[in-house]
Amino acid sequence: MTSSPQIIEHGRGRPPLDPHLKALENEAIHIFREVAAEFERPVMLYSIGKDSSVLLHLARKAFHPGKIPFPLLHVDTTWKFAEMIEFRDRIAQEYDLELHVHTNPRGRAENITPFTHGSARYTDIMKTEALRQALDAGKYDVAFGGARRDEEASRAKERIYSFRTPDHRWDPRNQRPELWNIYNGMIRPGESVRAFPLSNWTEVDIWRYIEAEEIPLVPLYYAAERAFVERDGMLMMAEDARFEPLPGETVQRDFIRFRTLGCWPLTGAIRSRASNLTEVIDELEIATVSERQGRAIDRDQSGSMEKKKREGYF
Amino acid sequence: MTAPSTPAVSLVNFEDDAPAPHHAGKDSRPLRFITCGSVDDGKSTLIGRLLWDTKAVKEDQAAALSRDSTGKQNDLGLPDFALLLDGLQAEREQGITIDVAYRYFSTDKRAFIVADTPGHVQYTRNMATGASTADLAVLLVDARAGLLEQTRRHATIAALMGIRQFVLAVNKIDLTGYDEPGYHKIARDFRELALTLGVNNVISIPVSALKGENIVLSGKATMPWYEGPTLVEVLERATQRGGQSTGFRLSVQRVSRPGEGFRGYQGTVSGGSIKPGDSVVVLPSGVEANVKQIVTFDLIRNAAVSGDAITLVLDRPVDIARGDMIVALDQRPQTGTAFSARLVALSPDAIEPGKRYWLKAGSRRQRVTVTPTQQLDLQSGKWQPATTLPLNAIGTANLDFDEAAIFDAYETNRQTGAFILIDPDTNNTVAGGMIQGRRKSSDGLAREGAEKVTVTLPAHLLAAFRASDFARDHAGEIRISADEDE
Ligand SMILES: Nc1nc2c(ncn2[C@@H]2O[C@H](COP(=O)(O)OP(=O)(O)OP(=O)(O)O)[C@@H](O)[C@H]2O)c(=O)[nH]1
Ligand SMILES: [Mg+2]
Repeated sequence: MTSSPQIIEHGRGRPPLDPHLKALENEAIHIFREVAAEFERPVMLYSIGKDSSVLLHLARKAFHPGKIPFPLLHVDTTWKFAEMIEFRDRIAQEYDLELHVHTNPRGRAENITPFTHGSARYTDIMKTEALRQALDAGKYDVAFGGARRDEEASRAKERIYSFRTPDHRWDPRNQRPELWNIYNGMIRPGESVRAFPLSNWTEVDIWRYIEAEEIPLVPLYYAAERAFVERDGMLMMAEDARFEPLPGETVQRDFIRFRTLGCWPLTGAIRSRASNLTEVIDELEIATVSERQGRAIDRDQSGSMEKKKREGYF
Repeated sequence: MTAPSTPAVSLVNFEDDAPAPHHAGKDSRPLRFITCGSVDDGKSTLIGRLLWDTKAVKEDQAAALSRDSTGKQNDLGLPDFALLLDGLQAEREQGITIDVAYRYFSTDKRAFIVADTPGHVQYTRNMATGASTADLAVLLVDARAGLLEQTRRHATIAALMGIRQFVLAVNKIDLTGYDEPGYHKIARDFRELALTLGVNNVISIPVSALKGENIVLSGKATMPWYEGPTLVEVLERATQRGGQSTGFRLSVQRVSRPGEGFRGYQGTVSGGSIKPGDSVVVLPSGVEANVKQIVTFDLIRNAAVSGDAITLVLDRPVDIARGDMIVALDQRPQTGTAFSARLVALSPDAIEPGKRYWLKAGSRRQRVTVTPTQQLDLQSGKWQPATTLPLNAIGTANLDFDEAAIFDAYETNRQTGAFILIDPDTNNTVAGGMIQGRRKSSDGLAREGAEKVTVTLPAHLLAAFRASDFARDHAGEIRISADEDE
């Protein structure tokens, strides 16, 4: 970088953040700066969803007026919604981000798919193993993630600096104490840390922050008329040419949207008419089911997330 | 709440009466509290019940709960509410809590962050983790057992960490036949304990966590003799931790130099406030400057207050690095190489006298020699002389630094008065510490504590003296400290 940044006094043009969101923002910025200063090779996991979008926004804030001092990593399973990939590439260009995309070459060669190999094995190879490969290749000693403690019972137990062994394992029985906002970033070569600036955010906080900060999102979060089938109690979007209806299934068209985004064969949509932020928040505030309800990978059994994390999943 | 038989594919189940939207938390920071107390006293059950009765448990989670409840935990046919918190496999297998769970919920009046901490003495480190950031502590006691050593330990740690509001929940009152005199005795005992810890804001409530009596719903039916508030009413009314009484403090996390001509110091304000034009001093160098700008992503700010993550631009070029402190010119923290502090020992390896640790406070990490001086006897409540601090001990220690350290007393500022100790051999966090103050060691040889003698000498001679035969022979009798005027 050569030219000096121009600092111009300008208002937000928006009302100031309420104290609750402001406190969450401050905490996240503090964590970003601490990690960036203490570790040699940070990377930020970017999954294109709403949490990642908030995480990215906070990273830009934390290092302003400088650039984000680390690359972003997207683990591409090749089964993401096309709209996600478009959005990712547009954002990377618009914000001038250093974005690395990694797909597990073994999985690609063996043509591992959620339909042919089952969601557990597919997730293991295309997500967990792929992530380990990318982190090892980049020699990253810390990776930021957008996980929140309110998502799931084992996440609720995780530290903000979550220590990982050289083979990326999490040992939930032996976490380091984490007192006040003083973080212990000391590790040996090969060990690493997953850092979670959004730990204390809830789903509603995320949406209210997106609204307050006008953060762009993948349009799939808003209701529109889309084609889908009902399979195993899940609304599966008929996303691309690889989608095949099973015998007896009929492709329907109706207003649906997503509460979380991932791989389309594993991410269930919800019927909804909420086509803008305000409507999404209103709907969320009276929701009677949790966020991860639509995710095939979390439904397998209680404790499945913990198991994956022990194996190196984010 | 009923569990749906088929997975819902819309967010709202319109057949049920949907709860009203929660707008709580919009106007203020959430209240942070912990549950603590001895093993099996019902902490997780209480929080589970609190989540259940405030409708924070969604239908799919309720379905998972009834699926996972084995019926072994109670014979009332109620779900095992602790499973809403005990999310680790090992916890579910053993029926205990191992690590803190953080949960978020709100009522119409307020938003809350609760940390459910483990009661088992082996996991005291995790209780301390939860306590360090809490505004209030709910201490649970089994109505049949009364106060236990672990109750005292948790109450003490909570008080040391600056929690000034206690709620005593006398739990499992259903198992005593709602015994009123028994409840009053425990409440009296606890109030006495709290007073010795300097906490006089104590509210006692008889509860049955399992049956949900006096948690969110009233327990009048079974305890007509109790006139006071329910737990949730107390929580809604509680106050947050007071602010700091020091001047401006900013521990520099990063120096931002995105291009020629811009140099900003990034960090979180950890005391007081700041505005352009204010005079500051950089520590430890002592160089003075004035604030030129407060930069944030959104705008150039005209002021920043405690808690704000900012970038500070000064009016002149100054040599500032990560770990330095920028502070108010007229209200400085204490600097020196000798301090005393309270410690909570969190590692299976004891805190050993004369051992060198890493100390991290704010963004500053430096070498320190730790010499334990006292340990709290939890039975008698008295401080006894000590030379080591074993796992879970609460003690006092002298801290001696090679280079100047910068602190406020924890009492006046919890950000700049707190630190952790890291064992350089294992990289583990082995203690949490709270600064009491700077130690005066003006003459070379000052008697201190019970038997020990402090030898104070110039910092550059410390290593040589430590290695000497004299120091080795008298290791148990002397305390070595650096001359702070060096
Ligand atoms: N009868 C009755 N049983 C209770 C009550 N509260 C909790 N229990 C039972 O006490 C046992 C222990 O409850 P937990 O909530 O796991 O205790 P805890 O304090 O969280 O335990 P640790 O976290 O391991 O220290 C369970 O079997 C509960 O069902 C109560 O009010 N009445
Ligand atoms: Mg428990």
